[in-house]
Amino acid sequence: MKSIKLRGVLAAAALAVAAGAAGSAFAQESVLRVAMTAADIPDWTGAPDQGYEGMRFAGYTMYDALGLWDLSSSDKAADVIPGLATSWEVDPTNNLLWTYHLREGVTFHDGCAWNADSAIWNFARVMDQSAPQFNARHATQQGSGVVNVASVAKIDDYTLQITTKVPASLLPYDLAMFLMISNCGVEAVGNDYAKFGEKPAGTGPYKFDRLVPRERMELVKNDAYWNPDRVPKHDRLVLLPMPEASTRAAALMSGQVDFVEAPSPDTIPVLQGAGMQIITVPYPHNWNYLLKVDSGPFADIRVRQAANMAINRQDMVDMLQGVAVAGYNTLIESQAWYGTPPMYEYDPDGAKALLEEAGCMPCVVRIGISTSGSGQMQPLPMNELVKEQLDAAGFEVELVPMDWNALIGVFFQGATASGFDGINFSMAPIDASQGIIKKWMTEYAAPSCCNWGTYSSPKVDELGKAALAEFDQAKRDALLTEMNNAVMADAPELFIVHDMNPRALSPKLTGFVQAQSWFQDLTPIVVTP
Amino acid sequence: MWMYALRRLVLTIPILLGVTIICFALVQIAPGDPITSLVRPDTPPEQIAALRAYYGLDQPVVVQYLMWLWRVLGGNFGNSIANNAPVAAEVMRAFANTIVIALISVLFAFVVSLVLGTIAAIRQGGIVDRLVTALAVFGISVPTFWLAVVLVIIFAVNLNWLPATGMGASGSDSFNYFVWDDFKFAIMPIVALALPPLAIMTRTTRASLSEILNQDFIQTLRAKGLGGFQIITHAIRNIMPAAIAMLGLQLGYLIGGSVLVETVFTWPGTGALLNKAILTRDIPLLQGTILVLAGAFVLINLVVDLAQSLVDPRIKRS
Repeated sequence: MKSIKLRGVLAAAALAVAAGAAGSAFAQESVLRVAMTAADIPDWTGAPDQGYEGMRFAGYTMYDALGLWDLSSSDKAADVIPGLATSWEVDPTNNLLWTYHLREGVTFHDGCAWNADSAIWNFARVMDQSAPQFNARHATQQGSGVVNVASVAKIDDYTLQITTKVPASLLPYDLAMFLMISNCGVEAVGNDYAKFGEKPAGTGPYKFDRLVPRERMELVKNDAYWNPDRVPKHDRLVLLPMPEASTRAAALMSGQVDFVEAPSPDTIPVLQGAGMQIITVPYPHNWNYLLKVDSGPFADIRVRQAANMAINRQDMVDMLQGVAVAGYNTLIESQAWYGTPPMYEYDPDGAKALLEEAGCMPCVVRIGISTSGSGQMQPLPMNELVKEQLDAAGFEVELVPMDWNALIGVFFQGATASGFDGINFSMAPIDASQGIIKKWMTEYAAPSCCNWGTYSSPKVDELGKAALAEFDQAKRDALLTEMNNAVMADAPELFIVHDMNPRALSPKLTGFVQAQSWFQDLTPIVVTP
Repeated sequence: MWMYALRRLVLTIPILLGVTIICFALVQIAPGDPITSLVRPDTPPEQIAALRAYYGLDQPVVVQYLMWLWRVLGGNFGNSIANNAPVAAEVMRAFANTIVIALISVLFAFVVSLVLGTIAAIRQGGIVDRLVTALAVFGISVPTFWLAVVLVIIFAVNLNWLPATGMGASGSDSFNYFVWDDFKFAIMPIVALALPPLAIMTRTTRASLSEILNQDFIQTLRAKGLGGFQIITHAIRNIMPAAIAMLGLQLGYLIGGSVLVETVFTWPGTGALLNKAILTRDIPLLQGTILVLAGAFVLINLVVDLAQSLVDPRIKRS
């Protein structure tokens, strides 16, 4: 009797322990803590600032767009796939008219239904100044996504008709950057976006949970996300601004964070030695000098070619401990329109000969650089190396350092008004629109966008117009490739390197696939306790 | 003394006005503006212009300043251009985060420097004096940024005794200095902040005390039969006005100049806030922060002056 009683007590105790352990396992949340390079929390109300890092962490986490970037592969440059729209097509008889078929059965985090009315409300948020929901900041931050849109009309609850101002075959890429926020959520607080920011709502894989201004933003997984493959595999995502690279490395090694953006190259061996995973993958980034090509020393193609021949790109890659690759193009090799750019061999003597021939010896140039900045990598030592190499090949380079804000201002001014012969300004050619059309067509010279150096070629302009009016993807890609080849042959920039997008991850993390993109999908990450 | 204090408070107004005018002018001279930090490279120029107009940045500079001043006089510090948050709330939160560690740092430095400076003055020329002097020189010479990074490497990364960064495991809104799990986040920032003032105040204490100990009245005290400790107490009382003045200056420096430490430790204080406001040309935030810091600096100096006259009756404030 006593032994039966004892066995019973022991069994009950074992069950109790097992139940307690299971209970505590259920209660324990899996948390992914990310250290961002941003100095502040990006805008979280649907119009992220702080560059593409803002879109990465405060944009595509909580919100979706009509199309989304496919971030599932490391082997190819990310392209746009269906998001809140399942498909879209242009009217074969009127290439200004697009039909977007919206995804059914999607709700915002606050329960508001996603449909054509929400979509139209969102377009008005950034396009219609008379609309009560119009937001000037959102219009500026998200404006480039709708710049080609003339009007939007509802065909039925899940069909939208978008009319563009001009033929815009790249519209799906523009709209992939335009985030949809909950119309119910904004209207419920009387269109007060500050109040909306206390409980923002999108349709994304993460929901907003908590914010400590300037310190941390906490998101939780959206179990009801419309794409079950992208329901996050961790419960909570904590985003921490940490602008100092050594701090990020220390936080990772001391276990305070799990995922670190952009570790500085000289910390990478230490991080690897401490068992951290270092992941690098090419992405559409270039660290080049934008050159003023309509006047000054770089107006002569021989001078531009000489500059490209003067650079020992391998030296730069070695200085960066391998977290960069040699660049010969504004695009990266895996992009469909990369083409066949001239592959400049390091030839300082050849560069000198060209400068002599061009009558520019020594060739005095004034280059604006920044001391830091998004995508600028390690600007001070990198620019010192470039200057050393250019000076050795017959140039006389004056580097003019300024802070990032000032350099952005110089970029917006355009080359002619700036007083510089070139600027070191990294760019993000994430699609053909940003990487080719807006870079090289004459109409996009400052102040209209991104053709800083006022490059102009009638042939390139014609190819651009043709590409924008070509809705067959294969034919359009061919036109864009031809356009890019024509531009690269003119050496409009000093091509140096592409960043390899280094990230450092704790060994506790598995499942992350680093995409060839400025944006990343954190949802597959599993955090092992 | 109260009239003196009142007069000093009234004189604060033109000081604050002058400081805000100078800061506003300096930001206008610097290239760039708050909108360039916000927008993408491919933002259409008409939208950039619209946003500038929305924030009143298309107005003449003098009008912009007067509009800001008018709002401040009405108690409205405006919103940050960078993140649209109310400036008053941002600044007061950051100021609270900085003033506490600044106070702890400077008081810690004050007490330790009094002890070390006294020992060095008593044992002039000896090994202790040399060690204290070496520590002081090290403290003055070492870059605070470097010291902060080294502290993190040793205590956070290698020993894992203290957290590397941040203000509390859950953020500053739940931070409690009396809870060890929170306070340990403040230890390294406090040490990094305390070392330079400790070094300066140690040297000042040693020098002042050495001079006092060589004065005739000390001999008189010895002749009267007072012991060493009692003599030191008399001597220290004589150096207190200078020590208090130094404490006030160091505290003022810490509340405004801790940007490097706050960046390394990601401590959400006024240094980091000011740095960010300058880099993004966030004028409302910059002006609000400067106003609060300048006001605090003036107040600290007033308190120091009043404390000096309390400690040394020979100093009359009138």
